[in-house]
Amino acid sequence: MNAAPPDTILAVEGLTMRFGGLTAVDGLSFAARRGEITAVIGPNGAGKTTVFNCVTGFYRPTEGSITCAHADGTAYRLDQLPGHRINSTARVARTFQNIRLFPGMTVLENLLVAQHRVLAPAARMVGLPGYRAAEKAAIDRAAAWLQRIGLIDRADVAAAALPYGAQRRVEIARAMCTDPVLLCLDEPAAGLNPRESEELNALLLEIRQGGTSLLLIEHDMSVVMRISDHIVVLDYGKRIADGPPAAVQADPHVIAAYLGEEDAEVAAP
Amino acid sequence: MSMLRIEGVTAAYGAIVALRSVDLHVDHGEIVALIGANGAGKSTLMMTICGQPRPREGRILYDGREISGLPTHQIMRMGIAQSPEGRRIFPRMAVLENLKLGAELGDPAHYEEDLARIFRMFPVLERRQGQRGGTLSGGEQQMLAIGRALMSRPRLLLLDEPSLGLAPLVVKAIFSAIRELNAQTGLTVLLVEQNAWHALRLAHRGYVLVNGRITMEGTGAELLARPEVRQAYLGGH
Repeated sequence: MNAAPPDTILAVEGLTMRFGGLTAVDGLSFAARRGEITAVIGPNGAGKTTVFNCVTGFYRPTEGSITCAHADGTAYRLDQLPGHRINSTARVARTFQNIRLFPGMTVLENLLVAQHRVLAPAARMVGLPGYRAAEKAAIDRAAAWLQRIGLIDRADVAAAALPYGAQRRVEIARAMCTDPVLLCLDEPAAGLNPRESEELNALLLEIRQGGTSLLLIEHDMSVVMRISDHIVVLDYGKRIADGPPAAVQADPHVIAAYLGEEDAEVAAP
Repeated sequence: MSMLRIEGVTAAYGAIVALRSVDLHVDHGEIVALIGANGAGKSTLMMTICGQPRPREGRILYDGREISGLPTHQIMRMGIAQSPEGRRIFPRMAVLENLKLGAELGDPAHYEEDLARIFRMFPVLERRQGQRGGTLSGGEQQMLAIGRALMSRPRLLLLDEPSLGLAPLVVKAIFSAIRELNAQTGLTVLLVEQNAWHALRLAHRGYVLVNGRITMEGTGAELLARPEVRQAYLGGH
């Protein structure tokens, strides 16, 4: 279906998304490699979240193709799959820029809902050993993630009662409970202080280590430059740069459109 | 006399105490930064100034007059504006309508001048003035929330994480605009910011909030020099 090299997990080709007269994404092509952290950066309104919404099935692109290739060679056209199968079959998961947890459910329940596709078939036999085993496995998986994000003590607290930074980590854990091959994060460091951003970096590197590839939208350069393997820069819905962090950071187009001139505030303290 | 004086304020959501006897003041013409980890109570403090939640103990004085206990709309009419965390613009109204609503509480004589200033600060808002707010990107909505707060020409501006979700260039533009407004018009600002480095560089003074309590206070430069602050909020720079 596509001629992408075998280490490509996500191939976006000729992607265009129009809303009425507004072209938010304009003939965009890029690839993300398996086992890497790929960051998508660019000015506000450049179309980054629109690309994410296309990749994760929230929008159906006006033109172009989006292919997710698993390690076994199976390729899925994300632009054609029904929305729910993007997670269940193509195993692509996401978080949101404006956190979308179920606020009234507990932290643990939020992570269990994410696993409903494992639990729902088993629920046909509620009370039977098969269901109890599936439920236990789901709870164990949720608990393991709560342990990793340092929120195991808050498992029974309503999600809305957690501070912002903690809610962000719960969203990441919820996405990871679906066992994705590709995790898409929309501004995971927004609202985190530099210390918390460092903890997030460690978590994301651990997720990559565990074999999940990441696609990341982020403005916090202390996150992007430290953990990305590869950066794609958008402006006005088009790709203006694409490469390793050092090259992108030095690219005059990127400096002019996005980063601004280096100043004391970036270099120090 | 300080413009804003918070005295021994304790605030809670049900059983969860978010602020514990907080003392803080903002003088006329000052930029004051409030820094602290997520969950420390920074946004609660901003909301408490605006009347929701009400302090359980202590009081809040604005121009020497007690405002704790007053309804939010009365507090806003006294010249306080907030750009809240999480934007909270009106998604189904046009960008320009959002800005006009901000101007409702201001003097109509300044409307054109203030609108022009917001458009200079955020040119994208001028280009998108006829679009519904909800169709803006996340970062553009943040610009709109700040613009809307400024349109009332407040005497005291409460900025809750203005840099959230904004590109580095825009963050620089916002911080320099705040500095400029402060220098030119004497706008008084209380700023909550995760980007402690930026915030303390901009602010005349700052406070550190830990688990609902103020633990440190000083000039921006003093706080930036404190090893505890650097360790806790500036990361491994």
